[in-house]
Amino acid sequence: MPEVNFKVFRGNSEGGEEVDYKVEVTEGMVVLDAMFQIQQTKAPDLAIRWNCKAAKCGSCSAEINGKPSLMCKTRLDTLDPSKPVTVRPMRAFPIIKDLVTDVSFNYRVNKTIPPFKPKPGTDWKMLQEDVDRAQEFRKCIECFLCQDTCHVLRDHAKHEQFGGPRWLIRAASLEMHPLDVEDRIPMIREKLGIGFCNITKCCTEVCPEEIHITDNAIIPLKERVVDRYYDPIGKLIRIFTGNK
Amino acid sequence: MAEVRNAPGTQPLTPGKAGLGVTQRQDPWWAEWLGTVVGLGILGVYAFVAAEMGKGQWGPYLSPFYSPEFLQLPKLFHVATLPAGIPIALIPLVVILGFRGTCYYYRKAYYRAFFADPAGCAVGEARTDYAGETRWPWLIQNAHRYFMYLATIALIFLWFDTVVAFFPGVGGHSEFGSVNFGLGSFVMLLNVILLSGYTFGCHSLRHLIGGKNDCMSCEPSRLAGWKAASKFNAKHMQWAWASLFWVCATDLYIRLGGLGYLQHVEKWGGWH
Repeated sequence: MPEVNFKVFRGNSEGGEEVDYKVEVTEGMVVLDAMFQIQQTKAPDLAIRWNCKAAKCGSCSAEINGKPSLMCKTRLDTLDPSKPVTVRPMRAFPIIKDLVTDVSFNYRVNKTIPPFKPKPGTDWKMLQEDVDRAQEFRKCIECFLCQDTCHVLRDHAKHEQFGGPRWLIRAASLEMHPLDVEDRIPMIREKLGIGFCNITKCCTEVCPEEIHITDNAIIPLKERVVDRYYDPIGKLIRIFTGNK
Repeated sequence: MAEVRNAPGTQPLTPGKAGLGVTQRQDPWWAEWLGTVVGLGILGVYAFVAAEMGKGQWGPYLSPFYSPEFLQLPKLFHVATLPAGIPIALIPLVVILGFRGTCYYYRKAYYRAFFADPAGCAVGEARTDYAGETRWPWLIQNAHRYFMYLATIALIFLWFDTVVAFFPGVGGHSEFGSVNFGLGSFVMLLNVILLSGYTFGCHSLRHLIGGKNDCMSCEPSRLAGWKAASKFNAKHMQWAWASLFWVCATDLYIRLGGLGYLQHVEKWGGWH
């Protein structure tokens, strides 16, 4: 059977190194299979976070050949077998061990987003076209690859000022909900720091669920922020017409 | 199979500055970056130079950089100025640059290409003082909808210029015949079609026409507008590049014609 050389990061918060492992490749293997083989035959202490192996739980996020990807969704036949395959942990989050990172930052950001708030006495009937937009965002599996590739978090470490694309799409799914009456625009601007996003679309490029994060969530939210804070003529028109 | 221990990894393990261009990506990520630098660079410089050169008219054809025609009257051209000191003749260029410079697609393109912010996904950056679009001058990006309004007005003039190219009498140019199905007419027609596709896919337009509503079904006409804008928006990048290229090509065609290089091309169906 053909062998492929893997360079897998081994280490913890104090440091680490890439370690070479040779893996026997069979048809249909994904990178996560290769990590299992390493665990079973060479390094039983290799730390990996995984769960469904079906690209639906969002657990096995890593950086494969430098690209934020799901290990269970990256087939080996899509990679060049003549070169070593590097597998490293997500860089935007603190490392715990080997390929496992501490993603608790995300859950802290999530708690700051005001939850769904319907009008008192809401009629719960909704038309499909009213919830189409929010349903796209509900596909998110919280793999946090978008957070990992976002340069605002990854390179500029603005974790205190910027919530990241995952939480902007959650905010968008609530803001666009036809029955929600909560006003999140000030917190989207101030706490989630939407102005830090310069729409370079890396989040959209890596999303395994192919959610149009930038075009359908972040930019519409930016436009709602413009409505509120940067469009004096629109504001005047709304005052005189009484429209939203 | 023995394990081989390597030197420590080259990337930091925690978020933070990695260094310009530092990445472990093995794919040719730089190809898109290079293509954008070259494409935007060439077309951007051409647009500046063309708008400054004058002579953007050939027979019934008016270069898109010089529309509307009344701005090019000798009394106005490079003489009259706006309060900011901008010659009135350059208003079309200001509108084009403003609309495209604040466009959500082009922002991605030039932040990546010219500011390496980042040059590619998961590719390191050099800057340490990043503030995104939270400070001047980048706060101007929030004025995109205003440039969209101006660009829509400019687009109406461009459609009028195209009608004039086909029917010169409409624009007071009956010396070029009543009907002119010249190659230049079709060059201009394709130009306004591409510019319309780009404008109708504008993210701001998509928001204002219906995207700002939470209850989409409450206003069916706005929902229809939003759906139509969304269709154009899905290919906004393609419309952006095609229209940018063709607006420069249209200007070049009219410019070369005005200099006498293309007369034979127009003879088969044009005004000659």
